[in-house]
Amino acid sequence: MREVAIIGVGLTRFGERWEHGLRDLMAEAGLNALNDANIESKDIEMLYGGIMASGRFVGQEHIAALLADQLGFKNVPAVRVENACASGGTALREGYITVASGIHDIVAVGGVEKMTDVTTSEATTALGGAGDQEWELAQGITFPGLYALMARRHMHEYGTTEEQMAAVAVKNHKNAVKNKYAQFKKEITIEDVMKSKPVADPLKVFDCSPISDGAAAIILAPLEMARKYNDTPIKIIASTQATDTLSLAERETLTALKATRIAGEKAYAQAKLKPKDIDVIEVHDCFTIAEILSMEDLGFYKKGKAAKAIADGETALNSSLSVNTSGGLKGCGHPVGATGVKQAVEVAMQLRGEAGDRQVNGAEIGMTHNVGGSGATAVVHIMKRAN
Amino acid sequence: MIFMEKASAGMWRKIDTRYNLVASECEKCKTLYFPPRIICRTCGRETRMKPRKLSGRGKVHSYTTIRVPSEAFKELAPYTVGVIELEEGPKVEGHVLERGKKIEIGTKVSTVFRKMYVDGEEGLIHYHFKFEVV
Repeated sequence: MREVAIIGVGLTRFGERWEHGLRDLMAEAGLNALNDANIESKDIEMLYGGIMASGRFVGQEHIAALLADQLGFKNVPAVRVENACASGGTALREGYITVASGIHDIVAVGGVEKMTDVTTSEATTALGGAGDQEWELAQGITFPGLYALMARRHMHEYGTTEEQMAAVAVKNHKNAVKNKYAQFKKEITIEDVMKSKPVADPLKVFDCSPISDGAAAIILAPLEMARKYNDTPIKIIASTQATDTLSLAERETLTALKATRIAGEKAYAQAKLKPKDIDVIEVHDCFTIAEILSMEDLGFYKKGKAAKAIADGETALNSSLSVNTSGGLKGCGHPVGATGVKQAVEVAMQLRGEAGDRQVNGAEIGMTHNVGGSGATAVVHIMKRAN
Repeated sequence: MIFMEKASAGMWRKIDTRYNLVASECEKCKTLYFPPRIICRTCGRETRMKPRKLSGRGKVHSYTTIRVPSEAFKELAPYTVGVIELEEGPKVEGHVLERGKKIEIGTKVSTVFRKMYVDGEEGLIHYHFKFEVV
């Protein structure tokens, strides 16, 4: 196994990108990554694309070949990776495995979703496919509904409050204001969240990540070749993934994601690190309760303790652990296929010291946590600046 | 409702489970699965599944009211769904009919046979169990 480094990163602005279709968004992010790595399209040997539901959102399947062509990667092998909202994180892991194995040297990882061409109810149906179609979606249980069921139980078992959940959204919006790629550049208050329209009780609109368009791209290379392209390569020191039942009801508990816990434990073991060693982390806050669960399941807080800690400001920018400096899925936006790749782009920028107003002081080690569905897939990466 | 039409065959295929709450139980390790499965998660290829009908009685483990529905459930919203812990052990998700009573975690419920949604241009009606407060 070879060591693998990120040599280039690129994003599009997330949000309602009426002027751009799916292929153009991917090209925009890809071009930014190629420029960042100072590498030519012809040097890319393979593409992995994380896309959740292009068939449902824009009627296009066979998307990897289309994107490879649009990116100018002529005739290279290209593979679409679909693991619901963890498609992007999984694509990154597949790229990592490919480079580590020695099969290819320079591999591009893209993530993209074009979600705003359909109505809200059509998008709700498409995203519902991340859960169990036969036993959840066909029962009218939407995706926010699944996280609402988790939130209600977490409130019951640990006394978590709606105001504490709201604090996650407030923090992430505050970070998003400092991110030029973010969908929402507006601070909100606890009261704004509490007064927002209910979606699936106890979750309200401002507890939910938005429907977004956007793309993200990363160029990977073997560490030994990385400095040819980039002065500050970011080394991937752990790449792990775990699964669980697709349906929520069949799990051991509603108040923890076992897949997250397993992927996290394996990642700490692979990197020979502990939670206290992490300086900056992007976690999967598709709903506010999801960030609370992830902070507990990744070992930063004991079960039932994260909500209060977040509300007390312990995970704000440049506090004891900076969480979701990009604004997270809530503030930066959540084009589902792009999200897992964007998380790694944000952490790479933090570790390079290029995060501008939202820079975490002295960030040495960063982590990403990407979830598919209501927790049936979890992907974790740990990275550090290569010495 | 482009999406649900394609699910019709799947709905009819598991009709014994959807109408009569037939679960599967592994005779080797006694684990009960609802919805039923072919392969036991513990016993793998040693699995010996047999069907078992459930009582339909259980209690609310968690619940929510869906206010922004998917396409197929537009007419029904808002409606309440829950994770129900069945008295035989498995948990399952489903609609909860409050019938004017307030539900909480722990509220006792029992299954009833109800219309779930109308599918496609032909208006095919799908039926399903729902839970009603006892």
